[in-house]
Amino acid sequence: MDDLERIFDDLRALVEDPTFPAVRRWLTENPQGKVVGSFQVFFPEEVAHAAGMLPIKIAGAGGTIQVRQADARIAAFVCSIVRSSLELALSGRLDFLSVMVVPNICDAARNACGVWVRSFPHMRVETLYHPHNAASAHAVDYLTGEYRRIGRILEEIGGRPITDEALRASIALFNENRRLLREVYRIKREAPWLLSAVESYLLVRSAGLMPREEHNALLRRVLELLPHRPTKKQDRIRVVFEGGFCEQPPLDMLAVIQNACYIVDDDLMIGLRWITDDVPTEGDLWRNLADSYLNRSSYSPVQRDPRKPKAEMLLRRIRESGAEAAIVAAAKMCEPGLEEQVHYSRALEAAGIPHLVMEFEETMTVFEQVGMEVETFAESLLFQFA
Amino acid sequence: MSAPTEEVLGTTRREGKRLMDLWWQEMTEAVQTGRPTAYVFAMGSMAELLRTFDFVLNFPEITSLQIAVRGQSQAYIQTAEDYGFSPDVCGYVKADVGLQLRQGEHPYGKVPRPSLVVTSNVCNTYIKWSEFWEHLYGCPVFVMDLPGWRGRDSADLNGETFRNDARYVLGQLRELIELCERITGRRFDLDRFREHLAEANRMAELYNAVCETNRHIPAPFNAVVEGVTYQGIAHLYRGSPQGSRYFQQVLQEMQERIRLGMAAVPDERFRLVLVGTTCYSHFRRFVELFASWGGVFVHSTYMVFAGGGFLPGFVYDLSRPLESFAERMVAAAYWGYTGSMFYQQDWLDEVVRRWHVDGICFHGVKSCRTVSTGLPDVREWMRVQRNVPGLFIQSDLVDPRLWSDAQVKNRVDAFFEALAAHKATTRR
Ligand code: SF4
Ligand code: SF4
Repeated sequence: MDDLERIFDDLRALVEDPTFPAVRRWLTENPQGKVVGSFQVFFPEEVAHAAGMLPIKIAGAGGTIQVRQADARIAAFVCSIVRSSLELALSGRLDFLSVMVVPNICDAARNACGVWVRSFPHMRVETLYHPHNAASAHAVDYLTGEYRRIGRILEEIGGRPITDEALRASIALFNENRRLLREVYRIKREAPWLLSAVESYLLVRSAGLMPREEHNALLRRVLELLPHRPTKKQDRIRVVFEGGFCEQPPLDMLAVIQNACYIVDDDLMIGLRWITDDVPTEGDLWRNLADSYLNRSSYSPVQRDPRKPKAEMLLRRIRESGAEAAIVAAAKMCEPGLEEQVHYSRALEAAGIPHLVMEFEETMTVFEQVGMEVETFAESLLFQFA
Repeated sequence: MSAPTEEVLGTTRREGKRLMDLWWQEMTEAVQTGRPTAYVFAMGSMAELLRTFDFVLNFPEITSLQIAVRGQSQAYIQTAEDYGFSPDVCGYVKADVGLQLRQGEHPYGKVPRPSLVVTSNVCNTYIKWSEFWEHLYGCPVFVMDLPGWRGRDSADLNGETFRNDARYVLGQLRELIELCERITGRRFDLDRFREHLAEANRMAELYNAVCETNRHIPAPFNAVVEGVTYQGIAHLYRGSPQGSRYFQQVLQEMQERIRLGMAAVPDERFRLVLVGTTCYSHFRRFVELFASWGGVFVHSTYMVFAGGGFLPGFVYDLSRPLESFAERMVAAAYWGYTGSMFYQQDWLDEVVRRWHVDGICFHGVKSCRTVSTGLPDVREWMRVQRNVPGLFIQSDLVDPRLWSDAQVKNRVDAFFEALAAHKATTRR
């Protein structure tokens, strides 16, 4: 087994391990350390890092655990990521969390935050209100204040102030992480045969499961090895996968898709790649973070920004990645995702871009149907473009 | 001198219907005259401000609800699903999509197209819903972003969090005013705005006084029957003299009912609170399932979050209208909207005590994750922490396909049997 394969095997094991082994290892090395969890989509992890804490992403459990207790606390028609994230906590798997932050992404997540508050009186559970009036001239000021509020909470719990010096260093660390991830995505676009969709996914997802210092080192190593990979370009259709901004499709579903197509861009775990350019490290750093969230950032169905009409943004993503088609997915029971899917598919229709609409759930285990649909779709396009 | 009894009793129903008809007339006329129409939502409607610009206000939640009460929601929802909306999307949205795709033809009249959409973020689905109109009509959509309840940080209305939120909302209000000026070609009239605020102050006080009358045993009104009309009028006429007058009449009628010992549900046996919303596609049946056991809803979280966020003590400071409006909107978002939907346990605790409540009905509706997501958890919390029995049932607001009569009835019946036993042991 070569180095790369070993790395991806380890990452898959990490991503599919609901016991958060890298976090537990960090805690062994930092017995006084505190861990801050954040739910999807975006959280300024730099702030937690600058407070000396370990920020991690809580993005559901996929099919790795049985949801039992959470089902008794959450109504039946709610998406899986909300239930499985809660189950992780109720089953004690997140007993290391000192703070949990739930951004105001959607109705289900905000309401579920109340369940967390009632269920875990010893954990600090916070809703983070990102602006939904992103075009307002007052949004940056407001968000600066909101980030400072979160900062005050982390200072109180971490027991140490967040100095400018620490925050600057943390921003630089996370800038580097985002830069490396952009590099991964450049390779996906330019030479998708070097990196499968599952592999690139593992590289992104693992950022939220281990210390960023380690993750940066890992990305550097992978980026060094990738160009030497002996894989050959194949005749496959190039697609954008849209619909992974919150609940994550199962890895095996991505595997089935990549058998027939090259996924040259996507919105999987977009929160970890939300900021698209370096956050400036001079001036008011809190403001820089807020400004970057609003003005140097990607798009998703759960952020309202009239300057970034989502259907147009998707068309741009398709154009810029040189994709020929799109897979427009949505998680089952995901109100914002399902609503956006309507607009996405109509816009693609109008632009004459072939697309496949599908629904998924993180717990899915059978993929024959998906496989057949994707294969038929890809074949018809190969034929059409031939 | 007070009005004779026969004039007072029944006023509410007559006047409520008249005001509702008037609203429909206004909307239908606007289709012809082209009078600017703003689409707004129940939570955070900004009615006081928009009235200052003479917008006709369309409340799509109310039009969707009425489609369901008229028994026609299935057809409208189907139109939306044929257009591409999933069966798992909020039924209010889909009933409206069906309505828009029928050029605004509604069982009660005609809905004009929007010149402007003003949505808050109190329900995130409001924003997605607004984006549908944006795609369909290309109309301007203004999101009035109201940060919600954030635990202890929002408890202090002089604290930094509140001040930061209020500054943001005030800034947005100024931007909204500019937009309204551009759309209507009118200048913002601060004095007129102040008058609308004064009317809303009167309405808020009366609305709360009406809710208080239901502390009486037997309860003079049913919070899921008459209460729904009160909520509707509170939205449609917020900030207008007709609205305050209406609640004056309601209050009078309730006082008269109390004086005469009249009960909303004859032979009242169980006093209930509804957490969540009712089911409009089976509205009568829903009420009947409880009333047949002598169960009356004396209050509901619905009357709080969908009643305009008028919490007790709600009052605008007329000497600083815009600033005060911004502050009240933030406070309403904290306590009236997000607080009563996501963190209702403390409110419930108080209502159970003050309204002499025997049990709580938690009704989860598939359409509305905003309200329903954590209801089983709150039920458990109230049972374990406060020894208050609760019933959890699920159906929908407007989608008749999701109503399962036998299942709901079984659960309701079992609940009342248990409630009777519980009441006997605790002598509530
Ligand atoms: S999957 Fe959709 S509904 Fe569920 S938490 Fe994420 S955004 Fe909300
Ligand atoms: S999700 Fe609930 S609050 Fe939001 S529009 Fe639908 S019914 Fe109304």
